[in-house]
Amino acid sequence: MVLINKELTLEWRQKYALNGILLYVVSAVFITYLSVGARQGTLTVPTWNALYWIIILFSAVNAVAKSFVQEHQGRQLYYYMIASPEAIIVSKIIYNTLLTLVLALLGYAVFSLILGNPVQDQGMFMLNLILGAIGFSACLTMVSGIASKAGNNGTLMAILSFPVIIPILLMAISISKNAIDGLDRGVSIDKLFTLLAINSIVGAVSYILFPYLWKS
Amino acid sequence: MKSYWWKVLAILLLAYTVFAGLLFEVPRLPILNESIRALYFHVTMWFGMVVMLVVAVVYSVKYLRSGELKHDDMAIEFTNAAILFGVLGIVTGMLWAKFTWGEYWSGDPKQNGSAIALLMYFAYLILRNSLTDVHQRAKIGAVYNILAFAVYIPLIFVLPRLTDSLHPGNGGNPGFNAYDMDSTLRMVFYPAIIGWTLLGVWISTIRVRFRRLERKYEDQLINQI
Repeated sequence: MVLINKELTLEWRQKYALNGILLYVVSAVFITYLSVGARQGTLTVPTWNALYWIIILFSAVNAVAKSFVQEHQGRQLYYYMIASPEAIIVSKIIYNTLLTLVLALLGYAVFSLILGNPVQDQGMFMLNLILGAIGFSACLTMVSGIASKAGNNGTLMAILSFPVIIPILLMAISISKNAIDGLDRGVSIDKLFTLLAINSIVGAVSYILFPYLWKS
Repeated sequence: MKSYWWKVLAILLLAYTVFAGLLFEVPRLPILNESIRALYFHVTMWFGMVVMLVVAVVYSVKYLRSGELKHDDMAIEFTNAAILFGVLGIVTGMLWAKFTWGEYWSGDPKQNGSAIALLMYFAYLILRNSLTDVHQRAKIGAVYNILAFAVYIPLIFVLPRLTDSLHPGNGGNPGFNAYDMDSTLRMVFYPAIIGWTLLGVWISTIRVRFRRLERKYEDQLINQI
């Protein structure tokens, strides 16, 4: 709990990074808006959906990538002495979930503003966003931990995380497609459970494996 | 004879697979026709790949528990062989798909899933090569290998079953057993799985021994100086 608080304070202290990533989302949405040349409502639902999730994916990768970089070696050693690795990974995952959720909501707001909002089942869409954010952050936090051990270049982060994140992304995209079309919730319930299951697998694996990574 | 009986068995089984697979009678099915023989060479690759990945994960866990490099040798080489099988599986699958479904790549969920799986394991190789310290490479490689395997299982076994697929056994299509896995096919199919898997194990163990010899040699060189 203290650690989550610490992450929040740290982020608050480095406001430029947070603002940077928020601006990243807005500019990315704007670029897509200009490049598809679509006016409000002319974009088809699958395209809207795909663009939205791709932007969220890229911003999340960028946002989470720095979660192990922004602290120096010395301070990491300090955490190593005062906290168990399990506590650290859990706090980082929770914090990154919040961050990803903020990004996703901001992206959603900007999307609705300039590209139109076709979503018919808001509740389902939000629930899916939350689950997607948890999955993204569990997966990306772990991968960014791995990448930070390997000299932390951006390429490595991307190639390691994209394939791993694809199952989560695919499930999230198909649920959000259902929510946009306003299909009966019974249709998506199976997929929601699958998403939840994948999330818990990735989360559990990160929880078990992180201590080994942290010790090195 | 005691220690290498399984290599002889592998040769015999594979000779049988090639011979019987190309010459035995196969059931006549619409669309598939004679191409059903690819079953012995395509589907078996995936069985081999999964078996070897399981072995690799087991050794990754062993490495993390013990920290001995000999376990890491096994993990990396079994993953290498699994990647080889995966590439062969995807290529044979594409050829088979060209003649039965009409396209090399038809966006089938299983095709996509296996392509993603390969990307994941290529990333594993790049990750390993980007680290220079042997122990760190082994440790981080093992961590990523286990993570990748945890994602690989839903990717290959769960997701394709939720959507429509051209592969048998998915999304409303009947499984192989339901319509055409008759006894003549089984007679070749099961030995073929065992044969190919043994071949994979053989390749990996040779490379593991090579790796260990190399390390021993390097150690000697270092100790001389």
